[in-house]
Amino acid sequence: MSWFLFILLAVLTLGGGLGVVLTRNVVHAALALLLSLIAVAGVYLVLFAEFLALVQVLIYGGAVIIVLLFAIMLTRGSEYPRISDNRQWPLAALAAMGVLGVLIPSFLINSVDNTKAQSPAFTDLANSLFTRWAIPFEIASLVLLVALIGAIIIARTGRDEG
Amino acid sequence: MLSIPILGVSLADFGWIVLGLMAMFGALSGIVLSLTWLERKVLGRLQRRLGPTRTGPMGLLQPIADSIKLILKEDIVPSSSEKAVFWAAPLIVVISAFMIWVTIPGTHAAVVKNLDLGLFYIIAFAVVGILGLVLAGWGSANKYGTLGGLRAAAQLISYEIPIIMVVVSVAMLAESLDIREVVNGQSSYPYLAVQPLGLVIFFIAGLAEVGRTPFDIYFAESEIVGGPFIEYSGAHWSVFFLAEYINTFAIAALVALLFIGGWAGPWLSGNWGIVWFLIKAYGVVLVIFWIRGTLPRLRIDQLMAFAWKVMVPLSFLTVVITAIYQFYDWPAWTLTIMSLVGLVAVAIIIFRKMVGPANQVAEVWARQQALRAQTAATEQRTTTGQ
Repeated sequence: MSWFLFILLAVLTLGGGLGVVLTRNVVHAALALLLSLIAVAGVYLVLFAEFLALVQVLIYGGAVIIVLLFAIMLTRGSEYPRISDNRQWPLAALAAMGVLGVLIPSFLINSVDNTKAQSPAFTDLANSLFTRWAIPFEIASLVLLVALIGAIIIARTGRDEG
Repeated sequence: MLSIPILGVSLADFGWIVLGLMAMFGALSGIVLSLTWLERKVLGRLQRRLGPTRTGPMGLLQPIADSIKLILKEDIVPSSSEKAVFWAAPLIVVISAFMIWVTIPGTHAAVVKNLDLGLFYIIAFAVVGILGLVLAGWGSANKYGTLGGLRAAAQLISYEIPIIMVVVSVAMLAESLDIREVVNGQSSYPYLAVQPLGLVIFFIAGLAEVGRTPFDIYFAESEIVGGPFIEYSGAHWSVFFLAEYINTFAIAALVALLFIGGWAGPWLSGNWGIVWFLIKAYGVVLVIFWIRGTLPRLRIDQLMAFAWKVMVPLSFLTVVITAIYQFYDWPAWTLTIMSLVGLVAVAIIIFRKMVGPANQVAEVWARQQALRAQTAATEQRTTTGQ
């Protein structure tokens, strides 16, 4: 059963990913990305990681896609919905192939025993996140804060000039 | 063995969940019908009208007449719209509205599937519903629709933050994200008593989240003629309508569960607690209708300023004071006092915002009066001088 679910979700994930690359319409690409991200949440569920799945739906399925659509509608993307390849595509293909080249050997070397899949209790997750991994967690939030302030500065300077 | 991972259940349990889902659909449809009738009646009374009277006793059959009308109406799809998006948008909105109800309990037993992460689940799927509104606006190929979709995205994402922070503070009080545990945690006193600020923030942000007046900005009829819903008609439009009422009742139910003690109440125990739950939830719904009949709509800039300058900081304040209270294990009334201080701050801010323009008008008017008196006096002097 879980094998069947995994195949289904994998097809949806890959199909969504292909949709992002192949469609010519920016908004359709965003929707295909949504399908892909929600299917990844489904994969987390198959692995019994409920919390991670809900985070995936909240952050990626909801917030990120909405902000993405918001940006597309506010910019001139809606006036020119047809996108095409630009000159950077060989570079992008090279980067994607490089990531794939790292990922596939790493999965082959470290064989994962998926029979031991179990959901960690939410409180255990929280305890380890805020005690043992507190410093990485805070560093991650610091990075987000820097990005936030940077965005505000960029937006404000643009307004002053204009 | 067959098992559905999210629910972690056997096939027999799966059957029970399907039955529970069907019962939930039935109950929610009944509630939506009752809400449409109640809203017409309450708004009528608030505006010194009678509301529906012709269809059945006290107009009770009005919702049925309405739904027959909506289903029989022609369903128009604009020729330049994105067909797939246009069709998918109402589905996304209504499915996320129903998904939320899977884990909202009426009593300890009356819940389709109780989740340990219930509150978090509700927040996650509420955000997905926003997507449907944005897509509806964009897919309609209508400028008003796109504008409404943009407004919906800005408004709903902004008000999501205070809701999440208040839910976090409630979860800290109950030490659980499980809604049943939150209600059990209120056995000695409802969280209304210790966290009134949280209740007010949750209620206001909840109104904004379901787009009720005074926050019906993304589909404001007099500005953008329906926003994302502008091109929808017939059955498609009624799906949005259904989702709006389900979400309104979800906010009312969550206020009842998180702050007013849910199904706990005197005399009725066990499964009869659902009577208390319904009384409390419908009470909150009546307040929502009362606000709709009383307050005018805000402007979009006022709305965003209120979200980011008032609601977000105060919702973080609720988390901080709850954390201090929990960490030092102070008596409950200290949290009440801290929360009330925050509430007074909100009241002062809102009062000054509301009185500010009126004071300015009064000032300008007084200056004009003085000027007019002065000119009249000089004119009189010149006429008498001649």
